[in-house]
Amino acid sequence: MMLLTCPHCGPRDVTEFTYGGDANARQPADGASLEEWNAYVFLRDNPRGPHDELWQHTAGCRRWIRVQRNTLTHAVLGSAPASGGRA
Amino acid sequence: MKYSIFSLARNALTYHENWTQAWRSPPPRREYDVVIIGGGGHGLAAAYYLARNHGITNVAVLEKGYLGGGNTGRNTTIVRSNYYLEPNAHFYEHSLKLWEGLSADLNYNVMFSQRGVLNLAHSYADLDTYSRRGNAMRLNGIDAELLLRDDVERMVPLLDCSPNARYPVMGGLLQRRGGTARHDAVAWGYARGADMRGVDLIQQCEVTGFTRNGSRIDEIHTTRGTIRAKKIGLAVAGHSGHVAAMAGFRLPIETHVLQALVSEPVKPVLDTVVTSGAVHFYVSQSDKGELVLGGDLDMYNSYGQRSNLPPVEHAVQSLIALFPCFSRLRMLRTWGGVMDMSMDGSPIIGKTPIDNLYVDCGWCYGGFKATPASGWCFAHTLATGEPHALNAAFTLDRYGLGRTIDEKGGGPYPWVH
Repeated sequence: MMLLTCPHCGPRDVTEFTYGGDANARQPADGASLEEWNAYVFLRDNPRGPHDELWQHTAGCRRWIRVQRNTLTHAVLGSAPASGGRA
Repeated sequence: MKYSIFSLARNALTYHENWTQAWRSPPPRREYDVVIIGGGGHGLAAAYYLARNHGITNVAVLEKGYLGGGNTGRNTTIVRSNYYLEPNAHFYEHSLKLWEGLSADLNYNVMFSQRGVLNLAHSYADLDTYSRRGNAMRLNGIDAELLLRDDVERMVPLLDCSPNARYPVMGGLLQRRGGTARHDAVAWGYARGADMRGVDLIQQCEVTGFTRNGSRIDEIHTTRGTIRAKKIGLAVAGHSGHVAAMAGFRLPIETHVLQALVSEPVKPVLDTVVTSGAVHFYVSQSDKGELVLGGDLDMYNSYGQRSNLPPVEHAVQSLIALFPCFSRLRMLRTWGGVMDMSMDGSPIIGKTPIDNLYVDCGWCYGGFKATPASGWCFAHTLATGEPHALNAAFTLDRYGLGRTIDEKGGGPYPWVH
């Protein structure tokens, strides 16, 4: 079973969390081009290795967190509050 | 060698010790007209149809492991064409028609069994949705039958159809022409057919990079040397994003792990494929007697081709809720495969930003049943440089243009499709 470390609650079972996807997708400014919106909404780096991602601790403190996790080994490399910059 | 009753009898006389190998293992040549990266069902089928339909035989298939060792050998072997949206309906129906003649075409028994695929309805809303989908299918010339609870109970007597069931059964949508096939045999049959027509199948050959020359790829770097190709086809299932990154572009895809498991083998008890969209679970019985079950994704990006407990628990809970009589079956084996989850749940077959590179990816949960049509359309696209009518809608640029093919209406969250 994979454990994610919630910065507020400590290490918890992954089933307590809901996945929120790539944490590095940044919404373009108003008036951005179609290509920029396409890239933001649809295109993903989808790395095989370290990946920054958002999770919500839905069955715990319900706060959003930012986790860096290796997508090949499932090793959790770090976590931080979602508002606090990089994991 | 053509397989037949005569070749069987002839080889029986020598105690089956003189069967020839089903395909060669040649060293890679320096240059090919077409190189297909990925020796799974789709890559092998594309190579087969390139040779069979288009007469292009100077072709290599590069496989980093062994043929059919990825998702082709890891899926739950279900074949169906019960889609609602037009591009999917026509594409998967073409696939099902190819399945119906596949063993004869390949001269290889893929053990295609049209035992029916039944989607259970657990509410009146489910029944409404299924009647709408069934009508759409019939308008597209695809067989569909709407069943009510009594019909389902007669057809699948072990299913808990009682009013007190955890998931009450209201009816279901049945596609009788759907069923299962032997997944390994599909890869082996296509491999043999492609090899017989001159295609080089190169195993233990991993692509490690590309040499770009403007908007073209000049060279493919592999663990078995550098290979040049006029055209390159990418059919690497869960690893599409990884290989696309080497070529220098991004895809509307996330890679997620999907698991399956089998029980110990028992005598024949379940003669159809039963699925439940509400519970998100599917089960069938293999020809060996094992119950084959599958359910949801793990719901987070993963390239880990292995099993993990929470989805196993979900699949087993679902099985026992629907079929209480299976509660004492022991589970024999669990595994995982990595899925190309596309942003609309539909595949991509077509051009990329690189002139001589074409992709066949984004198969989500549904790649196995698509194998024949995927190979057929990808071969056409590679041979002519233009899509076949059946994959014209499955373009890479459809996302930004607002032409997504979103069967579920889930939006750009690939893990919900």
